[in-house]
Amino acid sequence: MIKLEQIHRDFQVGDQVVHALDDINLEINQGEYLSVMGPSGSGKSTLLNLIGMLDHPTSGRYYLNGKDVTELDELEEAQTRNTNIGFVFQAFHLVPRLTAAENIELPLILAGISPEERKPKVENALELMHLTDRAHHKPEQLSGGQRQRVAIARATIMEPSVILADEPTGNLDQKSGHDVIKTLESLNQKDMTLIVVTHDQALGDRSHRAIRMVDGRIEQDIKNSGRHDTNQ
Amino acid sequence: MQIRDFLRLTGTSILAHKLRSFLTMLGIAVGIAAVVLLTSIGEGIHKFVLAEFTQFGTTLVAINPGKTTTMGMSMGVFGTVRPLSIEDAEALKKLPFAKSVVGFVQGNAEIEGNNRSRRTTVYGTGHGFPVAFSMPVRSGRFLPPDDPVAPRAFAVLGSKVKSELFGNVNPLGKLIRIGGDRYRVIGVMESKGQVLGFDLDDTVYIPLARGLELFNREGLVEIDVMYYEGTNVDQVVTGIKRVLMARHGREDFTITTQQQMLDVLGSILDILTIAVGAIGGISLLVGGIGIITIMTISVNERTSEIGLMRALGARNSQILSLFLGEAVVLSAIGGIAGMILGIGIGQLLAVALPALPVHTPWTFVVLAESVAVFIGLAAGVIPAMHAASLDPVEALRAE
Ligand SMILES: Nc1ncnc2c1ncn2[C@@H]1O[C@H](COP(=O)(O)OP(=O)(O)OP(=O)(O)O)[C@@H](O)[C@H]1O
Ligand SMILES: [Mg+2]
Repeated sequence: MIKLEQIHRDFQVGDQVVHALDDINLEINQGEYLSVMGPSGSGKSTLLNLIGMLDHPTSGRYYLNGKDVTELDELEEAQTRNTNIGFVFQAFHLVPRLTAAENIELPLILAGISPEERKPKVENALELMHLTDRAHHKPEQLSGGQRQRVAIARATIMEPSVILADEPTGNLDQKSGHDVIKTLESLNQKDMTLIVVTHDQALGDRSHRAIRMVDGRIEQDIKNSGRHDTNQ
Repeated sequence: MQIRDFLRLTGTSILAHKLRSFLTMLGIAVGIAAVVLLTSIGEGIHKFVLAEFTQFGTTLVAINPGKTTTMGMSMGVFGTVRPLSIEDAEALKKLPFAKSVVGFVQGNAEIEGNNRSRRTTVYGTGHGFPVAFSMPVRSGRFLPPDDPVAPRAFAVLGSKVKSELFGNVNPLGKLIRIGGDRYRVIGVMESKGQVLGFDLDDTVYIPLARGLELFNREGLVEIDVMYYEGTNVDQVVTGIKRVLMARHGREDFTITTQQQMLDVLGSILDILTIAVGAIGGISLLVGGIGIITIMTISVNERTSEIGLMRALGARNSQILSLFLGEAVVLSAIGGIAGMILGIGIGQLLAVALPALPVHTPWTFVVLAESVAVFIGLAAGVIPAMHAASLDPVEALRAE
């Protein structure tokens, strides 16, 4: 469960203060499927980075699974990111010199898990993403959709409770984008909380809950239950 | 992170830029090679010089007139110093541990013989000389054990003086003139070659008392006592001191053991080795700067990767050690290559220039590799700290 209380995030730009997040109050239950939409510069990425603990609020409280994570030190933060949070980026962010399988096992390596233990997990993840025959390909040898599926496999290999996707289909054609969204939704069905930032209204409509941000504030928070059809 | 994974990640990023990594390693390799080679030559010279000195034996004790204080100042400047006399040398001969006692005076004089003349070094010394200094006689015999105060006018020639004056003619029994006095040649020394620039063959040996007279000196330059192997050096020193104190009334002489001489010489030669090593160290420094440069470029290029690693749960310390590890691996491999290069060139030099002594002790090899690893650490630390301190959000935005 995610709970944000009076979150502010200010940026000092010259002698001007930008309120990227302005008094955000938000509660997201475990297993929810949430889309975040809004104009450019409205604070969507800032919100996601904050939930992912890559960024810190200027003021306010953030509780993750009941624990105040604004208090954590660097080590605990890193561990929480490693085990509880999975990131999927628009730009994929695969390490170019590592193969698909090696990219996927990075979080396991950082956690200090042995190669013997990693192997079945990575194989399983590759199979789930239909990438088994691409396991030893470098990112440059993969299509955009395949790259993003590698990134999703990497984001979920530690079985996190939250997946944060910042415009995951932004660099993909319609077909690959659709595949990627279906993949993310299938993970959501396994009780992972899914938060997707998008500019695509059609994508936003698929989610169970849609948030609309303007100027660092939540303007709209609507439930669109039942509109999401997993078979489509 | 497990060690093998750490090494694999480090390895892949080094291999991702093969040429660049190779050139960086080369910089360190050249530096280490220079240090290893130069210190090997320094150490070779060290060994060579010590060997030259110990060829005279290590059971020698030298006595010189005047008391040298630890400040290196001679007490003789202030008080009166009784010169070392022939009688002093004779008294020392009675010591039980004295295998051989040899007094010395030394100077340059004109030698005439066989209608030729030559200016050369003349030693006034005694019967014990060939034994004490392991300098054998080639033909004839050395100075006989004559009455020390009134010896007969005999001379022994160094091999060079013999060939310069007499050529192939047998000099034994011939008369020569030294500083106006006539001497009969009774022996010729074995050729000994040069020791540290002194030609030991361009010499003539005459009895001590006659040498004193020839050079118009009051006392001996030095008395050398060769003691029996197995005698305690301290015992030798106290024995000599007791005899001379009894004769002189106070300690107006300096006793130097061969070991002390070797120690002093050794420390001078150590400084030499360190100095040449430091010169090689300059190229090592340049290699280290190469690592700083490459690591800085690497961190800049991989900024977004650093952001990603942080998003995946990497700690600051893991980022730090990954980049530090890269720098250390680069310099460690460069160091090994440099050692092989340095030792290899050293061996080639030893073959090509047999006169140049080269010696690489194992401690140098271990030390050189440690230095390489240390340079990697020192050079990598700034770029790696920069990498670890990057803001993850900013880093992810970089492209
Ligand atoms: N590091 C920063 N320094 C200064 N201002 C920043 C910084 N990061 C974000 N901002 C500002 O905060 C606001 C929100 O940025 P954010 O990236 O969250 O927008 P966004 O909704 O994700 O936009 P987009 O849809 O274009 O990705 C913007 O006005 C931006 O200029
Ligand atoms: Mg954004």
